[in-house]
Amino acid sequence: MNWHRYASPANFKRLSDRLMPWTAGGAAVFLAIGVWTGLFASPADYQQGETVRIMYVHVPAAWMSMFVYANLAVAGAAALVWRHPLAEVAGRAIAPVGAAFTFLCLVTGSLWGKPMWGTWWVWDARLTSVLILFFVYLAYMALNSAFDEPERGARASAVLALVGAINLPIIKFSVDWWNTLHQPASITRLDAPAVDPSMLVPLFAMAVGFTFFFLAVALVRIRAELLERRLEALRHARVAGSTIVERA
Amino acid sequence: MKLPRARTAKRRRLMILLLAGLGLGTAAALTLTAFDDHLVFFHTPSDIAAHKVPVDRQMRIGGLVEEGSVERVSGSATIRFRVTDLEHAIPVTYEGVLPDLFREGQGVVANGKLGADGTFRANEVLAKHDENYMPAEVAEALKRAGRWQEGAAKPK
Amino acid sequence: MAAFLDMGGYAAFVWPAWILSAVVVASIAMTSVRRLKSLERELAEVENGRGERP
Repeated sequence: MNWHRYASPANFKRLSDRLMPWTAGGAAVFLAIGVWTGLFASPADYQQGETVRIMYVHVPAAWMSMFVYANLAVAGAAALVWRHPLAEVAGRAIAPVGAAFTFLCLVTGSLWGKPMWGTWWVWDARLTSVLILFFVYLAYMALNSAFDEPERGARASAVLALVGAINLPIIKFSVDWWNTLHQPASITRLDAPAVDPSMLVPLFAMAVGFTFFFLAVALVRIRAELLERRLEALRHARVAGSTIVERA
Repeated sequence: MKLPRARTAKRRRLMILLLAGLGLGTAAALTLTAFDDHLVFFHTPSDIAAHKVPVDRQMRIGGLVEEGSVERVSGSATIRFRVTDLEHAIPVTYEGVLPDLFREGQGVVANGKLGADGTFRANEVLAKHDENYMPAEVAEALKRAGRWQEGAAKPK
Repeated sequence: MAAFLDMGGYAAFVWPAWILSAVVVASIAMTSVRRLKSLERELAEVENGRGERP
């Protein structure tokens, strides 16, 4: 498949125009289902009462924080190996979205931990590794815009994204490898998931809604980054052109 | 059509990337294995029974609140209970507010010091919950059917 | 309704979690779309107004 085709702003615009109704529409539909079932049409937990409703934003936000990071790492690899401009632009475009999901995961988790565990925060392996993920996102964003030439920023931050990817399995398995205050996974167990079907509906609706939301926002942001680069190039050309005119 | 030179450059970059990833993964795995014992959030009563844990230092113990062991000392805010990992149990005293999820048979992590008398004096008690989520009716039905018991999951 | 808003006594935790999520998601969407629109405008200006501006 010739991905370079989509790197041109015009082609990417056509692609994103075609996908936009589906991604934005999917986000609206699934988030609406998620909010309705999560807040109104689902039962309270036998132990945790109504606080279980925090799960419907906390867990999907946590999944997104890792999913977006996986995308960031793949984009980083593509940017380093193939020097693909779309990959460079994509990483820069999605990093703030991933950081926002990680922030949501941390804050909602804190709001859940206080009434249930009895603390806003503990330095256990799970919570600490997710906090590190958040800082890696911030470092990525800082490094990406630390250079005058966008290509150098993209390359340096792509290296960081790949190094930071080591954190993903650590986050995932931290609750199994070490004893933590955070409970083990409920959904990705090999036997049946430990969440009642009535609670799985809002959980998955929110997760699918967040995913569509991410895709829609990524399309918009990648387009903006492509325009920005084009604008920069045009301005450079004009400045160069005008100096030539002045010299003449 | 691509130039062969560009293709070898790409392949070289890909190889460098894969090798660097392999090295990084190995380094991380080694570091985490070395850290293993320091990354635990709490010690179990069995660790303490086996004298694996230094006494008289601030530390955390974790396990289940033993069924029927919780007693409130009358006339004070002091609470006594036993933390068990189903092999060994440690008596704990605590003065303060308990989290809402603190229950007999449920997971708990206590932060404090182990006294010479073998009693753990906690200055912080956190509830640890399991990965099961279900409405109360389902929990009741499962219990009635004898298919599941609260706190049945063994603490790690 | 009051019982729903009370969230079984956990209103102070459940509502901030949901409201913050809504605010963050909405503001990502809004800032992203706004930035795209303003860049489209800027680019159109630069492309059309080539040579006109000093």
